[in-house]
Amino acid sequence: MNQIKNFTKGLIKENPVFVLLLGLCPTLGVTTSAINGLGMGLATTFVLVMSNLVVSLVRDFIPDKVRIPSFIVIIASFVTIVELVMQAYLPALFDSLGLFIPLIVVNCIVLGRAEAFASKNNPLSSIIDGLGMGFGFAFALTLLGGVRELLGSGAIFGLKLMQGDLMLVFILAPGAFIVLGYLIALINKLNKAT
Amino acid sequence: MEYFVIIIGSIFVSNIVLAQFLGICPFVGVSGKLSTSIGMGGAVLFVLTLATLVTWIIQYYVLNPFGLAFMQTIVFILVIAALVQMVEIILKKVSPSLYSALGVFLPLITTNCAVLGVAILTIQKDFNLLEGVVFAMSNAIGFTLAIVLFAGIREHLDLMEVPKGMRGVPIALLVAGILALAFMGFTGLV
Repeated sequence: MNQIKNFTKGLIKENPVFVLLLGLCPTLGVTTSAINGLGMGLATTFVLVMSNLVVSLVRDFIPDKVRIPSFIVIIASFVTIVELVMQAYLPALFDSLGLFIPLIVVNCIVLGRAEAFASKNNPLSSIIDGLGMGFGFAFALTLLGGVRELLGSGAIFGLKLMQGDLMLVFILAPGAFIVLGYLIALINKLNKAT
Repeated sequence: MEYFVIIIGSIFVSNIVLAQFLGICPFVGVSGKLSTSIGMGGAVLFVLTLATLVTWIIQYYVLNPFGLAFMQTIVFILVIAALVQMVEIILKKVSPSLYSALGVFLPLITTNCAVLGVAILTIQKDFNLLEGVVFAMSNAIGFTLAIVLFAGIREHLDLMEVPKGMRGVPIALLVAGILALAFMGFTGLV
């Protein structure tokens, strides 16, 4: 029961993007299309789960004072793994995500979960927490990417749905801020209603 | 001429916050008041320039000769974290007044993706040391410009009647969107 709660809280109630407002840089930067958002979300999920697991395993051996630097090293190692694997097997996605792959290191969600959850809980709960938060993040990015792609180029996941003149501005930088602003307002409204 | 292009390009045309989406967290987080945003801008200018200088030297004199380029992410983030800590300690001793002005912002900067982002971009763009430092400084100025403009608007926004659901972050993001739209006007300048 508890584990289910650990998993679902990241999806909606404590959604890292819409509610906690963490990790906004990649959220805005890569979501020009749904597939980019999903790719970034899954890459972050992997880093989140693995770093949560390792942090939770070594939490009793790390002295309190050097806690944060050690977490950063653990996170940076997994980010490097993701970077190299993606470069080798998904070069197209790697190119379109660009700078934001190495920047997963400084994504506040990853360090935030390591510090707030994994350093205090057992490995199993930590993995589940990482999965929940990661999927919440991926969900937010895919949604934002989907809306922007639909409005800007009339497609979702590259599938053409609308023809004619579209609002290109939604694919460009201003559209990211505007769509996210409205989505957060909407989620606030929905969260209050329940 | 080259430097002029770098400076104008990174302050206005591809502004680090409004066009490249780096450093959004402090942009949204500490931009409530004009005075704090100026302080944050100053701290970023200081750390960003220093960090780019140090990471450039490490990349070209340590990582590349030893074939360790794949360690870039890990090394850079550690260098930045150590640097921020060091700057904090030195400032505390040498200039307490500057420390009290920038102090609170310094720890936040380690996780400001603008710093790591610019350090990596400098390497990706094959800048030499001087170009890299100029690039870092103009990006930091661009960050300060964006955050100060934004704070000025937000201070006025507090006095406005904003619809209930849009209060706080949503309206701030819309303002940022319009600001980004304005900055798009600089496209094609360089």
